[in-house]
Amino acid sequence: MLNFYQPQPDQGTPEKLIGKQVTLQIDGVEVTVTEGTSVMRAASQISVKIPRLCATEQLESFGSCRVCLVEIQGRKGFPASCTTPVEAGMRVRTQSDQLAKLRRNVMELYISDHPLDCLTCPTNGDCELQDTAGELGLREVRYGYSGANHLDVDKDTTNPYFTFDASKCIVCSRCVRACEEVQGTFALTVDGRGFDSVISAGQGEDFMSSECVSCGACVDACPTATLTEKKIIELGKPEHSVVTTCAYCGVGCSFQAEMKGDQVVRMTPHKQGKANQGHACVKGRFAFGYVTHKDRITRPMIRNSIAEEWTTVSWDEAVQFAAQRFKEIQASYGKNSIGAISSSRCTNEEVYLVQKMVRTGFGNNNIDTCARVCHSPTGFGLKTTLGESAGTQTFASVDAADVVIVMGANPTDAHPVFASRLKRRLRAGAKLIVIDPRKIELVSSPHIKAEFHLPVRPGTNVTVLNALAHVIVSEERHSEDYITERSDLDAFEKWRNFILDEKHSPENTAEITGIDAAELREAARLYAEAANAAIFYGLGVTEHSQGSTAVMAIANLAMLTGNLGRDGVGVNPLRGQNNVQGSCDMGSFPHELPGYRHISDSQTRQLFEDEWKVSLDSEPGLRIPNMFDAALDGDFKGLYCQGEDIAQSDPNTQHVEAALTALECLVVQDIFLNETAKFAHVFLPGATFLEKEGTFTNAERRISRVRKAIAPLSGKADWQATMTFANALGCNMSYQHPSEIMAEIARLTPTFTGVSYEKLDRLGSIQWPCNAAAPEGTPIMHVDEFVRGKGFFALTEYIPTDERANRKFPLLLTTGRILSQYNVGAQTRRTDNSQWHPEDIVEIHPHDAEERGISQGDWIGIQSRVGQTVLHAEVTERVTPGVIYTTFHHPVSGANVITTENSDWATNCPEYKVTAVQVSKVSQPSSWQKRQKSYHDEQLQLLEKALQ
Amino acid sequence: MLVKSPMQENRAEADDIKAIVEQFQGLPGALLPLLHAVQSRQGYVAPEWVPAIADGLNLSRAEVHGVISFYPDFHSQPRGQHVVQVCRAEACQAMGSRKLEAHAKKVLAVDYGETTLDGEFTLEPVYCLGNCACSPSIRVDNRIIGQVDAALFDQVIADVDKIESSTVSSSTAESFSYQFYLSRDTSALAVDAEAVAERLQASAIESDLEVNLVRTGSRGLFYLEPLLEVDINQKRIGFGPVTAADIDSIVSALATDPSIHPLYLGLVDELDYLSQQQRITFARAGLGDPVCLDNYQNLAGFDGLRKALLMTQQEIVDQIKQSGLRGRGGAAFPAGIKLQTVLDTTSEQKFVVCNADEGDSGTFADRLLMEADPYQLIEGMIIAGLAVDASQGYIYLRSEYPVAHQMLNAAIQRALEAGFLGRNILGSSKDFHLEVRLGAGAYICGEETAMLDSLEGKRGIVRVKPPLPAIQGLFEQPTVVNNVLTLAAMSSILQSGGDAYQSMGSGRSRGTLVVQLAGNVKRGGLVEVPFGLTLRELVETYGQGCASGRAMRAIQVGGPLGAFLPESQWDTPLDYEAFTEIDAMIGHGGVVVFDDTVDMAAQARFSMEFCAVESCGKCTPCRIGSTRGLEVIDRITSDQERQENIMVLQDLCDTMEAGSLCAMGGMTPFPVRSAINYFPEDFSGELA
Repeated sequence: MLNFYQPQPDQGTPEKLIGKQVTLQIDGVEVTVTEGTSVMRAASQISVKIPRLCATEQLESFGSCRVCLVEIQGRKGFPASCTTPVEAGMRVRTQSDQLAKLRRNVMELYISDHPLDCLTCPTNGDCELQDTAGELGLREVRYGYSGANHLDVDKDTTNPYFTFDASKCIVCSRCVRACEEVQGTFALTVDGRGFDSVISAGQGEDFMSSECVSCGACVDACPTATLTEKKIIELGKPEHSVVTTCAYCGVGCSFQAEMKGDQVVRMTPHKQGKANQGHACVKGRFAFGYVTHKDRITRPMIRNSIAEEWTTVSWDEAVQFAAQRFKEIQASYGKNSIGAISSSRCTNEEVYLVQKMVRTGFGNNNIDTCARVCHSPTGFGLKTTLGESAGTQTFASVDAADVVIVMGANPTDAHPVFASRLKRRLRAGAKLIVIDPRKIELVSSPHIKAEFHLPVRPGTNVTVLNALAHVIVSEERHSEDYITERSDLDAFEKWRNFILDEKHSPENTAEITGIDAAELREAARLYAEAANAAIFYGLGVTEHSQGSTAVMAIANLAMLTGNLGRDGVGVNPLRGQNNVQGSCDMGSFPHELPGYRHISDSQTRQLFEDEWKVSLDSEPGLRIPNMFDAALDGDFKGLYCQGEDIAQSDPNTQHVEAALTALECLVVQDIFLNETAKFAHVFLPGATFLEKEGTFTNAERRISRVRKAIAPLSGKADWQATMTFANALGCNMSYQHPSEIMAEIARLTPTFTGVSYEKLDRLGSIQWPCNAAAPEGTPIMHVDEFVRGKGFFALTEYIPTDERANRKFPLLLTTGRILSQYNVGAQTRRTDNSQWHPEDIVEIHPHDAEERGISQGDWIGIQSRVGQTVLHAEVTERVTPGVIYTTFHHPVSGANVITTENSDWATNCPEYKVTAVQVSKVSQPSSWQKRQKSYHDEQLQLLEKALQ
Repeated sequence: MLVKSPMQENRAEADDIKAIVEQFQGLPGALLPLLHAVQSRQGYVAPEWVPAIADGLNLSRAEVHGVISFYPDFHSQPRGQHVVQVCRAEACQAMGSRKLEAHAKKVLAVDYGETTLDGEFTLEPVYCLGNCACSPSIRVDNRIIGQVDAALFDQVIADVDKIESSTVSSSTAESFSYQFYLSRDTSALAVDAEAVAERLQASAIESDLEVNLVRTGSRGLFYLEPLLEVDINQKRIGFGPVTAADIDSIVSALATDPSIHPLYLGLVDELDYLSQQQRITFARAGLGDPVCLDNYQNLAGFDGLRKALLMTQQEIVDQIKQSGLRGRGGAAFPAGIKLQTVLDTTSEQKFVVCNADEGDSGTFADRLLMEADPYQLIEGMIIAGLAVDASQGYIYLRSEYPVAHQMLNAAIQRALEAGFLGRNILGSSKDFHLEVRLGAGAYICGEETAMLDSLEGKRGIVRVKPPLPAIQGLFEQPTVVNNVLTLAAMSSILQSGGDAYQSMGSGRSRGTLVVQLAGNVKRGGLVEVPFGLTLRELVETYGQGCASGRAMRAIQVGGPLGAFLPESQWDTPLDYEAFTEIDAMIGHGGVVVFDDTVDMAAQARFSMEFCAVESCGKCTPCRIGSTRGLEVIDRITSDQERQENIMVLQDLCDTMEAGSLCAMGGMTPFPVRSAINYFPEDFSGELA
């Protein structure tokens, strides 16, 4: 899919999907299109390009530039083709002498206020204004250039990724409209009017101080050089491009990596990408500079102990070293003393290989994935109730939702492209219920106002969900018919009796949850009465000691109200990392083979044994927390950790560090010397998503291709590295290309049997299940019946966490994400995104702050039962009294030094979202932070020689 | 004395802003009313208040900023203690406003947009105050003053602190022996009717005379304002134009023989200016207290509504269709068809919006109606609401009409209290809510789609059509949008039936034509006649030539976008089609007369300048073209490649006409081209 670079095709106005077909004549040629289609778009269907400047298919037509005027028989004047809908029998003429003159005269007006520096302009050759002037044959500007103009306006270069040069602006408002319609931030406006109209960010500010979130939709929309990527200014136009999939969040946006030789010039969201449809966020579009950051380690390294210097070695030497150590460990401590952690950032094929290597090379099932610490309760909860460990919808399905619940998720920061889509739907009239301890952006922001915000006390989600269900059942607002037809009625009866208990009423739970009973009742009614209601949830639901219960309670709510199995409804987990869904699908759990089939199931095991030509251990292996505990107990000594920074991301950092220190051989495969690698003995250089072939599966089960744009800096893509390591262990793998791995996955996994690279290339992406029953994939699941047959109403008793606030630890700390940074920040911290978020800060309510004499910007110490860290304070009403909030994007923040080892009863997913703490004003970093800094400095020194 | 520290002041201001924001939260399209409230409380809208406003209304800071920067009424900086606006529009130009503005700038030693060093005065341009028959006009704070010359300007500036803006008062006292009538509409007030009223009251006390003074709306005979009428034997005789100094002599004359007084006019109803008219829409104008409900009902008021309440929606629409009523805002679209479209479009919420943004220079009919007979508009809107099942109406009123604003609000309040508005109208179980929303100084908001955006609290940017407002209008709902006179006419149509209305007029122009005679004309005022009168008959019979006594040279019909007509075209009959034939338009019926001192190149330049000043900035021909047009005309008049530039100008006019999105850019070429074509000598350089 390597193409010569050219701008993505644009038919000028949005596609109309629904309506009857209308036939008209354009320039004597008949064309049939859906009613509501513009004359402009209809013309483009027969390859008639009508010149235009303010129109683009990403935006509703606007009709301002007046160069797309046409003649229509029987109509007066010259209608704009972008704003004129087709009519049956219409006869349109797109070229005539009069039109030519009119368009040229309009262009002449534009150029009378435009610099004539095309040759030195950064978008020379990629400029719609330039192209159109050429098409229209403009030869002179009779007004001269001495009149009023905007040529002396200063450039705004404050945004790290793009410049705003208003002297080149034609005030087509495409940027303003993109910010409104596509992104939904409304950060841009037109300032003034008439000739003085100028585009303004915020209140006439520079872009960085405005409300701009740097999604880049405006840059994409700009038809001139006014908004231009700095990379384009620096490097010039790209010459070829590759379509690939973003490696940030679980939205899984499709991008065109636009290249010049082996350099990425820019990432442009791909309009055909079904997850993002041409939109992107500040991470995906701009934050790719980490790929070539100087901190990248591109050669394998080894050392005997973590106090020693690193030595650079060949791949062969590195894997032999690791393999030998692992064999020795197994010889001394037994088969189960080694294990691996796969990464949700790697491709499906890579994750698959790691688990295959563990099961066939290590001979055990000690394979776990980082989904353990985020969405494992989703897998468990949805499998139990509905029968499949995955979200039920496509993102596009939200366009049909009338009521949306967002619970424990902050889409505008963590899933920005989906958030834009959701906001668009909300602006069009859907109602929103936010259940979150924090006043997230969706609660109230430009043109968005949640109908209800239920500020749940951290740790009491299950109570809230039970109360919602209680209202619906006790007020008989549930869908009796749906339940009768679709659910296990015995289970439902039991559940009904359980939920009707008055202890679940909003009035009786208000004290636990902190939510006003009347508000909760109204919210429940709104959800229950909606024609289509959808639930989107995130880690604020799963990362609790009752995470699995909460997921089941969510599924119960959806079944209860008949909101499953069609467009506009469903239960939708918003996955944190790009390939959380995929890494779970690929069997990288200690108890499951690919396709969520239990390892104890001999039939499934047999299938794999036949394919892999080994016998498999039927006993589930260790989960990540078990590995740490076992390491500290001395039973677990060797770990292969791919693309995952457990030292920063897992809870109770000091416990993790002790476990890592106890290992005899830690093999880390990563692109940087991350926090975990500082405890490693073998470092295998990883490859970024731009350096390899493969697939990612996003939160809507969409499998999309990852395509190589540049060669792996280390010489090996991660799948090749894993294969080399596996072969050193004696596995005998010989894949030539990831497509062969996918073919093997398809052979072995019923939900993947129809998936192939050929089909992915053809369709662009596929939502699993994809098999004989659904050859092109399954956008919406559970349509006629649930995957498990009858839906199962699980009892969702609320069992409070042990992590409770008391006199000593009176506040609850909860954690989350911020837009500009991603996860542990390893990538985004190495880009200019850090300009927006240079450090993690802690949010505290003014009441709590005042009580403790804390003011804005103070250093505050946060002490939990397991540790202490120090961060700067932000005093804000975004959090409710009694709750503090921080992010964990910077290692030095030590957010996980304070989180505890409490975890979900079913899956061990850590309870990141609830930690009882006390805070106080302090004057210096915590002792852990000081230790962290000195250890960090020490490890960098040990690295120095290897890098020379 | 307690002096507030800056910080205290800031906090007080912030609290004040917060309170205002809370007051407007939840109101649809709240931003403009909110900004007006902030502006009137604080005098300006400081950038640091924008975040709180944005947050409170779920808008972005950028949006609020964009709106503030769009409307001339909103200011980010404090202005002077007093704001002096000089009208720059054509009717005032025809009476010497160019000299007046030069004088104003000199006296105050500031340019437009600037504030005097002592902070006392800010000078601003304004484009039409609706006082065009008593031009030139200025506005000082909330008071409009007409017939202003240099001396009067200086006096106004000197006495500025004595000026108080008047409020609605209908001073009906008990039993007096004389019943007087005196208008308190904008134009009468602009020529100091207030002083007349005061003197009358004072005189009454001094001479122990019993006087009952009813403040009415104007009859539209503005050349006679202040017109003092006295009831003698159930007949009203008039004196005018009256000054305070004339009162004593009038009062004495009344005791003897009124007809001997030099200002005696005889029976007002028999004045030729009035008796030759056929007043339907303006039948009640000037007769009584405009907000007196009894008065309105005694004159057949609400009869149309009562009939409508007994009809089906389709029957009401049929009556309007039958009447042949066409929109009076300028486009002359059949009103019945518009109602039918809205009626046929299904929606839970529909709206009736009255376009009272009467921005055309030389027009004041809407203002006169709202100030003289506001219930007629209210009644018409209720009927339109009933016809299409719309329960909410808005009157989008230009902020240059403070008196009309007071009058409408007072009338709405009384109509609400009396059960004509609000829930359950006259026990019919039908609802109609009505609210006045103020514009903010942007001419373009008279364009219906820009007005809808403005009503929604946005920048007044012209929308594309389709969708038609009747299908997707205000807040994307089906909306009846009509001009004041069109909606008002619906009350009389329902009262006497569509056929009666249809029986008047000529050709496809049915009913009566309302024209406004203004500028350099001896007898300026409002004329309501059947269609078909020629322009010459109008300016000669009613206007009786130029006020200056000089020859008439050009007449601009239809506001700032209307053509300048030379004498050869004055025999054109006043109907929509006849005017279209000569590349002109009647529009909203403004007729501005210029005498032979007019420089038509300067007028052409002004037409382009007006477009440049008032363009919303959306479409290119208007946004850039108007500024280039101005520059080209300057080149022509300064003799730079004159012929080539005249060609360029003609070409530009073609481009603007064919390429613009709305009538603003599309019709600016009309006055420009008519000036070049009919008065080429003014562009030849020979006159200069």
